[in-house]
Parts: sequence; structure tokens; C-alpha cells
Amino acid sequence: MDSCPCIKNFLLLDSEGNRVAVKYYSDEWPTNSAKEAFEKALFSKTQKTNARTEAEIAMFENHIIVYKFVQDLHFFVVGAEGENELILVTVLQGFFDAVGLLLRGNVDKKEALENLDLILLCLDEIVDGGVILETDANAIAGKVASHSVDATAPLSEQTISQALATAREHLARSLLNCMYVPVPWLADDDAMGSSG
Amino acid sequence: MAQPLVKKDDDRDDEADYSPFLGIEKGAVLQEARVFNDPQLDPRRCSQVITKLLYLLNQGETFTKVEATEVFFAVTKLFQSKDIGLRRMVYVMIKELSPSADEVIIVTSSLMKDMTSKTDMYRANAIRVLCRITDGTLLTQIERYLKQAIVDKNPVVASAALVSGIHLLQTNPEIVKRWSNEVQEAVQSRAALVQFHALALLHQIRQNDRLAVNKLVSSLTKGSVRSPLAQCLLIRYTSQVIRESANIQAGDRPFYDFLEGCLRHKAEMVIFEAARAITELNGVTSRELTPAITVLQLFLSSSKPVLRFAAVRTLNKVAMTHPMAVTNCNIDMESLISDQNRSIATLAITTLLKTGNESSVDRLMKQITNFMSDIADEFKIVVVEAIRSLCLKFPLKHKSLMNFLSNILREEGGFEYKKAIVDSIVILIRDIPEAKETGLLHLCEFIEDCEFTYLSTQILHFLGIEGPKTSDPNKYIRYIYNRVHLENATVRAAAVSTLAKFGAMVDTLKPRIFVLLRRCLFDNDDEVRDRATLYLNTLGGDGTVVQTSDDVKEFLFGSLDIPLVNLENSLKNYEPSEESFDINSVPREVKAQPLAEKKAPGKKPTGLGAPPAGPPSTVDAYEKLLSSIPEFANFGKLFKSSAPAELTEAETEYAVNVVKHIFDGHVVFQYNCTNTIPEQLLENVTVIVDASEAEEFAEVASKPLRSLPYDSPGQTFVAFEKPEGIPAVGKFSNMLRFIVKEVDPSTGEAEDDGVEDEYQLEELEVVAADYMLKVGVSNFRNAWESMGADCERVDEYGLGPRESLAEAVNAVIDLLGMQPCEGTEVVPNNSRSHTCLLSGVYIGNIKVLVRLQFGLDGPKDVAMKLAVRSEDEAVSDAIHEIVASG
Repeated sequence: MDSCPCIKNFLLLDSEGNRVAVKYYSDEWPTNSAKEAFEKALFSKTQKTNARTEAEIAMFENHIIVYKFVQDLHFFVVGAEGENELILVTVLQGFFDAVGLLLRGNVDKKEALENLDLILLCLDEIVDGGVILETDANAIAGKVASHSVDATAPLSEQTISQALATAREHLARSLLNCMYVPVPWLADDDAMGSSG
Repeated sequence: MAQPLVKKDDDRDDEADYSPFLGIEKGAVLQEARVFNDPQLDPRRCSQVITKLLYLLNQGETFTKVEATEVFFAVTKLFQSKDIGLRRMVYVMIKELSPSADEVIIVTSSLMKDMTSKTDMYRANAIRVLCRITDGTLLTQIERYLKQAIVDKNPVVASAALVSGIHLLQTNPEIVKRWSNEVQEAVQSRAALVQFHALALLHQIRQNDRLAVNKLVSSLTKGSVRSPLAQCLLIRYTSQVIRESANIQAGDRPFYDFLEGCLRHKAEMVIFEAARAITELNGVTSRELTPAITVLQLFLSSSKPVLRFAAVRTLNKVAMTHPMAVTNCNIDMESLISDQNRSIATLAITTLLKTGNESSVDRLMKQITNFMSDIADEFKIVVVEAIRSLCLKFPLKHKSLMNFLSNILREEGGFEYKKAIVDSIVILIRDIPEAKETGLLHLCEFIEDCEFTYLSTQILHFLGIEGPKTSDPNKYIRYIYNRVHLENATVRAAAVSTLAKFGAMVDTLKPRIFVLLRRCLFDNDDEVRDRATLYLNTLGGDGTVVQTSDDVKEFLFGSLDIPLVNLENSLKNYEPSEESFDINSVPREVKAQPLAEKKAPGKKPTGLGAPPAGPPSTVDAYEKLLSSIPEFANFGKLFKSSAPAELTEAETEYAVNVVKHIFDGHVVFQYNCTNTIPEQLLENVTVIVDASEAEEFAEVASKPLRSLPYDSPGQTFVAFEKPEGIPAVGKFSNMLRFIVKEVDPSTGEAEDDGVEDEYQLEELEVVAADYMLKVGVSNFRNAWESMGADCERVDEYGLGPRESLAEAVNAVIDLLGMQPCEGTEVVPNNSRSHTCLLSGVYIGNIKVLVRLQFGLDGPKDVAMKLAVRSEDEAVSDAIHEIVASG
């Protein structure tokens, strides 16, 4: 018996049920058409519910689904029937909030597609092959945005740290591209230090 | 609605729905991927191209083998770039491409370099990528680094190595098991998630070593576990240990205090995990349950739907075994009936239906009525099923429950939902005699306005069986004849058959039925006319009212006693000629054995039954099978057939199970044999039965199985004579004897010469319970009173020390083989006494009712008072004898 909590898949769909980003960890859906059928059925089942203030939950084809909507984006996390619902919702919340941080609060389909790389990295940081890696939104967003892995320093003040992270990213990119000069206020950052 | 993204974007207003991937095309992106080969890499552009590739994969696009290889090699070039953002995308891309073994070698050195890099992010990700794509041989090379990584001071690196270990354990367990020292160290890590991952891995490494798991749990439950996720894991492992530790004395269950302590944890996830674990403990007592129920009750009124759902789902499960424990939550539960989330509302309702008592039924039904109109069909079906079982539990409430069912039957709904309701009404009609007439009228009203042909025909068929037996069959005729006017041909034909059934069964109605049937002769459908003609001619519609003979009834309405498959085959093979088709030429033997696959042969109500092609009920099928064998034809009526009992271990060469058929003066053993060796053909298969330990039995006949090919089950029979009407018991040892022939697997042909061989089977026993039919009564009290005390026998027995009261009750029920009534087989926890009501029919068709009163005498000893009432005092005595000798 494998008693480790397990995530079967993440779905990020738009307001018409089309994929923005999805990630399957379970082989219960072997083909793309099986996946699409599942997404479609799930979308139409949950579409009318109001999952905007609190995460909602449903049983669907022997899975537990937790989901949350914002603007024209629908976030889903799917787990096994016997899974602890509160663990699933913690993962969902981590995903949801991390995307919020990464998109600087402008969470909609357009922003998500424009920053698809961030969304995909975000999924990569939350779950690895079905096993939960991290559920803290700050830590996830921190890892994705700043490319640093120093999770022990939580980004307590979200807005500032986030602006900082983005600025740092842009700055680092442009600096790395032209002249490879170490940035003084990034000197304590391992990642930057080694590349600079 | 769900069109492909690209297309949809074309159709829509441009500005509002701009997508960076508008008009994206695989070929073009693959072309773009050439930038990966540029000597001067542009990291930003490369990142964008990778994102596009990932987008395509994400949308379900696939790369051909050649394309994937090309992309993969191009991507490996990007390791030259020092751009961190790009490197991250490279990692993700490699994982998505899942390269083949020879491709993996190309990136191995780059990844190993990253794995030993000073940059934590490189180390963590390189480990995850490498472990994902690696095979066993490479793993030994990098094992050293992985062990280091597990105890790395950076938590992300440690977690990456541990999670990779969890995955690798599936494919390379022997390697991962060597890491347990490091993993053990990581369990002590201060970083919350490292502890979680280490605990998960350590447990998986040791899960087959009960002692080690036990030690792990004992040490951790005392210490402090930091992350809520790790705490949840620990709770799961703890309940596993509790489950596996045998012989728990109530009261000093190990680790219960730990679970209870977790109910006060600050994380809701942990509280819930602990509460759920407590409710799932084996033989949980109500004292143990109380704190868990209390926290779940608090969750019921949470503002978060997920919490409410989790709590109500768990309580719903508890209600199945401990309905009393959940009654405290009923008020909170009732307010959930109007919950926005329909899953929660449905779970609340079904829980209430399980915990409700007789007095609360009416109030509950009122609340549900309001709720039914705004939930989906799938939920309605769940509610209908809950109501059905409630009605069987409280037969006295059938009026209001039946009313409810008929009301919802009139409302809108899909086929599955309507079928569930109709099935429920049919079952209630069958099981609760008082509900019959109203139930039938409800069904009649329903077919007046029923859009489903299948349901109409099934109900008409059911009316034909039940209607004529009612006090006033006359009143159903109108409903049935209306169908002949208003429906499609299929329903009209069914209605004609039903009318004919009334005509055949009720003589007083005959003249009027004939008038109606004659009108049907002018129907424009062939089948309807044919049926009407057949019935008129056979039932004697020439104006004279005669009693319809049994032969005619049997011909018209009796069941076909040959398997339909065989009939179909024979008809296919029949070539039109002078000679007409002879139904007697159809083989009666059942070829494949579908009966052994049926799970419970008990008389479970199945509603209207499966669609026409479905198998008949087990008892009928057995009866037919046996009567088709001439040797057994004169044994009389089959009294009871037992459930199949295995006589071989699973996965042996030959699988054999036995069904005991009890007749008045005979017993027939039906051995269902399966040959599981493709290279063998068995012929002349018999079972040699040694009845030396069954003195009253004498073998009279046996029917060998001519041939038993691979994987195609067959049956052989042995019949015994026994004293008539006496419940003789005994032990029989069995030996399978056969001639085995080698089969050439390529051609499937058997050799001519065979060798005689034997195969030892396990013993079988005929016990007293084999002579008892499980037949329930709807109202035990009434039945008990009406049976009278004339043939009552009462005595007391000491059952000695027992594990629990429930165990003692079940043992006696099994011993007697009778049907528990009114749910009295369930013993509430912690009770010191219990009354159990049983009913059944004993051989010779003697109705038997039993009232068992159990009491705890001292700490473990169980005493029992057994009162038996039956139609024959000899039988009452016999029941006592069964208990006395059991």
C-alpha cells in the first residue's frame, strides 16, 4: 500500500474549458483524447459552481477534485478517492497563490499564456511525479522567479519581495547578456554570484 | 464548446483575447529550434522557443521519433549557456521529452556536472532530471552523489534527492535500500519538507519490515514532527501499525493517545487525518470515536466547502457502522441539506437517512422533497437508493416513503434516475406485502406518461406477474389496455401479453379480456397481432369460459428451460428442409459456467432484473441445470444451493470449487472445474468422493465431465442419497481423477494417448446451515406473535470466552445459516447484551423464527438464550441441537 499522498494531475483551463497548462502524473489517462475527455467532463461539471472565494470540491469518476476560479482561469487539482481532501486543497492553494505572485496579481488567461514558462516552472516546483515537493506559495514563487533555491528565507513581504524578484530577474538577464558584471546587492545570492 | 485553442482564437475578437501562441504551428517551431545550434546563443530567444515547444506538447501535440531526437540534441547544446532561466527550461524540456537510453548518455555528463555544481538550484534540478531519465546502470555511478545530496544542508537539494529516491524505489529497490542511513538522518532534518520526504522514503524502504515500521512510529510519535504533511504521513503509518498489531484489548489500544493528541494539532489537515484515522480503526469503541466525531462536527459548520465535504464524507462512512455515534451531528447535518455544494448536500442527506430513526423519517422526507428538484440525476439516484434501504429498515414507514418515490417518479428525470426509482418501488413491493397494492398503482400511473419504452415494458411484465394476485385485479386492466391505444409497437405487444396473463390467471376477467384481445387483432403491427391471436387461441377465446390448463399456462408464460445461447446456435445451424425444427434437439447443458462468477447467491433483490438477455437468478439457473441431467431428474424440488466453496488454492493447475445442492432426500455436489494449463486437455473428469466420515450418505450417481479444455470451465456432479427430510451432516474428502492428454500449443490439437492422473482436493462438509434457507420477514414481531408459542423451545447456552459480543453473534448466525432481521446482526459497540432476530425456512419448508439474547457473563464469557418458534416442534428441537453440537 502506497500511503504517501499523491497528486494525479493539475489542470489550468480557461473559461471555455480549453487548456492553458496541464500536467498529468497518473497513467490513468493514457491518451491525449482520454485526457481531453476528462477535462471536458470535469469542466462542464464544475463550470456553474462558484469557486471564486473559497476552493470548491467535488467527487468525479472516483477522483476527488478541488478547484478554484479566478477571472477566466480555472485551477484544478485531482487526487485519489481516498485522499485527504485538505492536503489536496493545500496543494491547490499553493499553486493558485504562487501563480498569483508570479503574475503580479494579474491572474487571467492572457497573462498566464504570456508567462507560460513561469506557470510550467511553477508546476515543476510543486509536484514531482505525483509527490508533493512544496506547498508554500512564497517558496514556490521564490524558486521560480528568482531562480534561487534559498527557501529558508521566506519572502515575507509579498509585494515588495516580488517586485524585487522580478526586477532582479530582469536586471540579471540584461546584465548577464551584455557585460557579466556582478551586481553588488546580489552578492549574497549564490546563484547570481557563481554566474557573475 | 471545447474547440481547439488556435481555432477559437481565430474566431474571436482579436484584442481582448490576444494569445502569444496565436497561429502557432509545430513545423515552424521546430524550425525555430535551430537557434539552439547558434554559436552565439541568445538565452532569451531560446527560452521562448522552449516555451513554445512545451506549449505544443501541453496542447496534446506529439513529436515523431525523429523530431523528438532532433529537438533533444538541439536542447543539449543549451548546456553551454550560463543563463539560469534558460537552464531551468532545459531541465523541464528534457523531462518532457523522456529521451531513450542512448540519448540519455549525451546529457549525462552535463547533468552530472550540474549535480556537483555549487549552485543549489542546479544541483536540485539536475538530480531530479537525471533520476527521471536514468536507468539502473547509470544509477550506480551517481549513487555516491545522491547519498550526499540526501544529507545536503540545502533543503531543496535534499528534497530533490529524497523524492527521486521515492520514484527510483519502484524500479531499483536494491540500490535505494542502501541509502537508509542517510534517509534516517534526513528524517531528523530541521527543514519541514525534507522531513516529510525522508519519512515517506524511509517508510517505503522498510514497509515490509513490521518491526522496523513499528520502531519508526514509536520513536517519531514521541518526538516532534514539524511539517503537517509529515504528521499526516505519521498518522497513516501509525494506523497501519495499529491495524497490524493483533489482539488489541479494548481500552489499551497502542498509539490511540497519539492519534487523539493530533486532534488538537494546529493544522486542519492533521486534525482531519487523525479524525479519519480514528473512525477507521478496527472495532473502534464509541468512547474512542467521540473526540473524533466532535472535531468533525466543528468542520461541518466551517465556511470552507472542502472542510465541510471532508467531514460529511467521513461521517457518512461512520454512519454505516456506528449510526448512533453520528446522531449528535444531525442538527448540523440538516443545515447542510441546503448546501450550495451538491456533493455535500447529498452526503448529508444519505447520512441522515442512515442515522435517522423511525420517528424522524417524515420530517426528513419533507426536507428532501424541497431539495430533490435542484440536484443532478446522479445525486438523486444516491438518495433514491438510500431511501430504499431506509424503507426496508422501517417497513412500517412504507406509506410515506412510497409516496415520496411516486412523487419524484412524476417529476422530470433521465432514464437512469427513473429506473432507480422504479427498481426501488419493485423491491419494496416484493419485500413489504403491505406496500404492494399502492406500489402497483403508482407504477400504473407512471406508465400512463412514461417516455422510456424499456421501463414501460418491464413494468407491464411485472404487472402481469403481481397484478392477478391482488385482491382486485380488475382495476389494473384499464391502465394496461390504455397502453394498447397510445404506445409504440413494443409497448403494445407487452401490454397484450400482460392482458393475456390476467386472462389466464383470473377466470372472472376472462370474457372481458377476450373482448380486449380481439380488438388487438386489428393492430397495424405484426407482433401485436400475432401475440393477440396466439393468446386468444390458446386461452380459449372462442366464447366459452374454461379454466386455462396448466400446460397452456406453462407454454405461454413459463420460462424457457434451455439456454438461449444454445437455442440461438441450433437455430443458426438449422437448414430449412422438410423436417421442421425440433426444440428437443437443442442441448440443455450449460457450456460455460457463469454461475461460479456470480458473487453472492443470496436472494438479493435486483429490481426489475437485468435486461432480458441477462442471466436468470442463481437458484433458477441451478434448478434448470440440474433438471436437465436425467440422473437427478427424480430428486424432486431443489431446496437450496450453497455458495461455491473453493476446493483448491488460488493459482494451482486445476481450479475446483463446489456447490452443494440440497434436495429432500438427496444431496448433489456440483464441482466446477477449470483447467489452467494450456498444454493439457483433461478427459473423463470425475471426482472420487470418500464419504466414510459421512455415515448417513450413500453415493447414488455421478456424472463425469467428458472433456475439460484449457480455460473453459466445466462441471462434474456426484449425487448422494440421504435419509429423507433429515438434516444429515458429514465430511467428504475429494479426489479429482481424469485422463490427461498433451496439447500442442501451436496447433491446439491433443495427442491421442492420455495418462490417467489424480489430483487431491480439499475436504468439503455438509453442515446444518445447508438445510436452512435465508428468508427474511418484514415484521419480525408480527411473525413471531402469529407463529404462536405452541412449538416454542427455549434454552440457555454458555458460549465460553469470545473475542467480542459481535463475534459471538456472527458465529451463531453463521452456524444457523439464517437471515438476520431488522438489522439486528449489528452489535452496537460496548454493549454488554444484545438481541438478535433471525428467520429462515428449514428443510421440508418449515418456517423458523429465532430470537437470540446474548449477554456478557464476566469479562469475556458470552451466555446466550435461544428461543425458537417454528411450525413443527421437531424442527425447533433440531435448531437447538445444531447450537448444542456447534
